[in-house]
Amino acid sequence: MTVDANLVNNVTAFIWHEADLLDHKEYQDWLTLWNDSGLYIVPTDNNETDYEATLNLALDDKDMRRMRVTRLESGESVSAGAASMTVRMMSRVRIVEQNEEQVTARCAMTLNELRHGKLITYPADVEYILTPKGSSYSIQRKVVKLLHADGYLRTVSFIF
Amino acid sequence: MSELISLENISLKAADMVEEGRVHKDLYSDPAIYEEELDKVFNSTWVYIGHESEVPEAGSFKTSYIGRHPVILSRDRKKNTHVLLNRCRHRGATVCEHRKGKTKAFACPYHGWGYGLDGSLRGVPKLEEYDGVLDKNELPLESLRHESYQGLVFATFKDDIEPLEDFLGKAKKWIDLFVKQGGGFPLKVLGEHRFNFPGNWKIQLENTTDAYHFPIVHKSFVSSLDDATADIFDFLDGEGFVEDLGNGHSVMVMIPELIDLEADLDQPIPARFEELAQALREEGQSEEQIKRLVRASHGTGFNLNLFPNVSCSMAFFRVLRPVSVNETEIQHVALGGEGAPAVFNQKRMRLHEHFQGPMGFGTPDDGEAWERVQKGSMAGQDGWILVNRGMGKLFTTPDGNTAGAVCSETGMRGAYQHYKKMMAAGEEK
Ligand code: FES
Ligand SMILES: [Fe+2]
Repeated sequence: MTVDANLVNNVTAFIWHEADLLDHKEYQDWLTLWNDSGLYIVPTDNNETDYEATLNLALDDKDMRRMRVTRLESGESVSAGAASMTVRMMSRVRIVEQNEEQVTARCAMTLNELRHGKLITYPADVEYILTPKGSSYSIQRKVVKLLHADGYLRTVSFIF
Repeated sequence: MSELISLENISLKAADMVEEGRVHKDLYSDPAIYEEELDKVFNSTWVYIGHESEVPEAGSFKTSYIGRHPVILSRDRKKNTHVLLNRCRHRGATVCEHRKGKTKAFACPYHGWGYGLDGSLRGVPKLEEYDGVLDKNELPLESLRHESYQGLVFATFKDDIEPLEDFLGKAKKWIDLFVKQGGGFPLKVLGEHRFNFPGNWKIQLENTTDAYHFPIVHKSFVSSLDDATADIFDFLDGEGFVEDLGNGHSVMVMIPELIDLEADLDQPIPARFEELAQALREEGQSEEQIKRLVRASHGTGFNLNLFPNVSCSMAFFRVLRPVSVNETEIQHVALGGEGAPAVFNQKRMRLHEHFQGPMGFGTPDDGEAWERVQKGSMAGQDGWILVNRGMGKLFTTPDGNTAGAVCSETGMRGAYQHYKKMMAAGEEK
């Protein structure tokens, strides 16, 4: 097995950039990372593959992503106002598939949130489908598979 | 002496904390009261377990709870449903830890006793050692009394309480209206969101009959809507009302035009539904059927609160489970039509994702408010929760029930008066 270290590096750099934007709530910049037809998905069932035909925690197309960001930035949401910063670690990046058009990558995420003085942790497996854009990428699909997706979650006022 | 003892009676203490227009904050935070509630409320009435569409076939099951008791809703080979205590009769392990699924039998993981879908004990490894001491017929999984109405399954530990239909009483009319949102197809569970919040279960019970909070807490949701939809959610000054249905049940009508989804079907399709209508047209649906589906797609205009643990809430079921005095688990159950066009059910799931669940545009803000109520309940010695809104402007509905404005606290008062009665039942003053 050979690992294309250069490719892994480029993809990791992109994932870290996205993570940094989200942790620092630079949501407008985050929106520009996406293809118009891209989908942001947080499933309730991690074995599911047909996301449109099942209930998800989030299934955001372009409009829903924009509305989600508007809501979080509006100053009108009491929970978004109470949310602290998040700190996420992205690691274990592996290229699952690659061709001219797109790269499919998978990685591990641990996201920490401080909420009403309590530390809450979200471990997840994250899958990206990225398309080349200039010297970097743009997101065609991001699927966040929370380890406890089918358990009882706390409410979420940030973006995974 | 007897007076001293009655001072110690926790149930009566809790019952006394419910007054006509206010309830004491200790009802949210006193662990001793919580323990009594499990017994006096959850162990003593009809509790919602699930919907029949969740166990559609022979061999289907789902797990649920009655208060603290884990139970299984199952469908046996003859298609009969059962509600079974999830506890092996040998040394007591749970026999099923899956959320839902299909099985031929429930096998206890500890020593391998096997039970049928009707709870009967079928297999015992090394049976010969039980010669003369064990009769398999005497040790099925314990079966609970259960009854259903319009597919909603309720169970109870009590064999002597009234039949389910009597308990639901005046709420039945509203359940009949609620299930019309299958758009001409039988109502079906499409999936569910699960989340918890650090607060008492009654905070959730109140919330599903609280229209007053909507424009405040959900301002960011309303802002995210198009103008026509936002107008519909601007219902506080409208003709809505809250009606006390008895037995702790109530209905809060926010959008009177959407009480009966099978009425007004000759109206033109509003512009904001045109996309769905077009998708249905492309599937070859008739114009009549399209109107019916489009009208049903966003759910009803009311929340029907069924005491103590389920609300038929506009387009979905909201099920609560008390975990401890200050922790509550909630399921937001998405609904659609069995056999309905895929685009219809998908539209309903997308709408559900928009507002409901831990990542919806509504729930996180509700959760924040509820968490604050729980925290606030620790402030001071003698605080009260006001539920007297609209008490001076009550009226009687054509059905003969007490009602108040849509943003009155009529439903909460109805629930608390029933709670008071249940907590005091069987106790001597
Ligand atoms: S506890 Fe179930 S078989 Fe022993
Ligand atoms: Fe709410």
